[in-house]
Amino acid sequence: MMKRLIIILALAAIALGFFPLAMRISGDSGLTALATHYVEAGADELGAANLVTSVVVSYRGLDTLGEVMVLFTATTGVTALLVAGKSKSHKKEKDSEPDGDGRREGSELLATGAAFLFPILILFGIYIFLNGHLTPGGGFQGGVVLASAFLLLLFSDCRLELNHALLKGAEAISGAAYVAVGLLGLWLAGGFLDPRFLPAGEFGQLFSAGAIPIIYILIGIKVGSELTGIVDAMRRCS
Amino acid sequence: MTHIVLAIGFLLVCIGFWGLMTRREVFRMIISFSLLDTGVHVIMVGIGYVRAGTAPIFDEALAVAGAVGKVVDPVPSALVLTAIVIGLAVTALMLSFAIRLHASRGSLAVDDMKELKW
Repeated sequence: MMKRLIIILALAAIALGFFPLAMRISGDSGLTALATHYVEAGADELGAANLVTSVVVSYRGLDTLGEVMVLFTATTGVTALLVAGKSKSHKKEKDSEPDGDGRREGSELLATGAAFLFPILILFGIYIFLNGHLTPGGGFQGGVVLASAFLLLLFSDCRLELNHALLKGAEAISGAAYVAVGLLGLWLAGGFLDPRFLPAGEFGQLFSAGAIPIIYILIGIKVGSELTGIVDAMRRCS
Repeated sequence: MTHIVLAIGFLLVCIGFWGLMTRREVFRMIISFSLLDTGVHVIMVGIGYVRAGTAPIFDEALAVAGAVGKVVDPVPSALVLTAIVIGLAVTALMLSFAIRLHASRGSLAVDDMKELKW
């Protein structure tokens, strides 16, 4: 009873803390000064049709680099928690249980569906991050679609072993290349992660917006390989 | 319309806090955290909404000139994009902690973790 009272009091305190914040929000107050500048000048400055992409990749590019780092740290943590120290015991299990850890095989329907959908999902993911500066989407969304293709493949075949060297290599190279593109912006254009060192191209076309598509391709590959690594670590530990 | 979205967001945040404080099992606490996370995302998108605004993506239907007033705020959208990915990564990390806890103790109940008591 006492505990419940404390919980109710704590919730009320949180609600009271939020109340002044909530009261100040009014949905139709229009754009803030910063957003107005982005909407008015963003297309001319960066040449990307998708303003959210301009904000994510360029105006707030440092945030995105930090976000990629958080994702990398989390992936490292997941792998360290689940897979580290497993390799020896895993081999023993494999000797005693030849039937893939006693896991049930994916059904015919799932196997056929996965084989059919896998290339389409990979293509779709690549499409999403290639067109991130023109249409809704981008590196993170495309990367998640790539990882979901691998998840489907892992569901359908429980004995499948992914090439970890390739996954790690793709992740490391794309991450390093992202920072390298940022440094190129520092040397050739206005500042770190400035995408304008490449020609702006024709507005609304695939080859436009300077280095933004390149950065999003790198992010897509990095996010895809990292999330595939997480999914694979969770499968290997069980 | 915005107020409905904001109300749903705050409701999700409150459900998440309530779950975090009352549930005694790690897995349910992770679910509560995800609800809290989703609530914050909904609130952020709701804050960036402009009445009758469309997505800030220029094409045939939306010319660059005179776009102010017709589009929603792109900054909260970009922030939520960041927050969703980080939420996913943090949830995956928490779930792997839960898996390790269950592997070493065979239980996910907070009451079984005596080392944390003081």
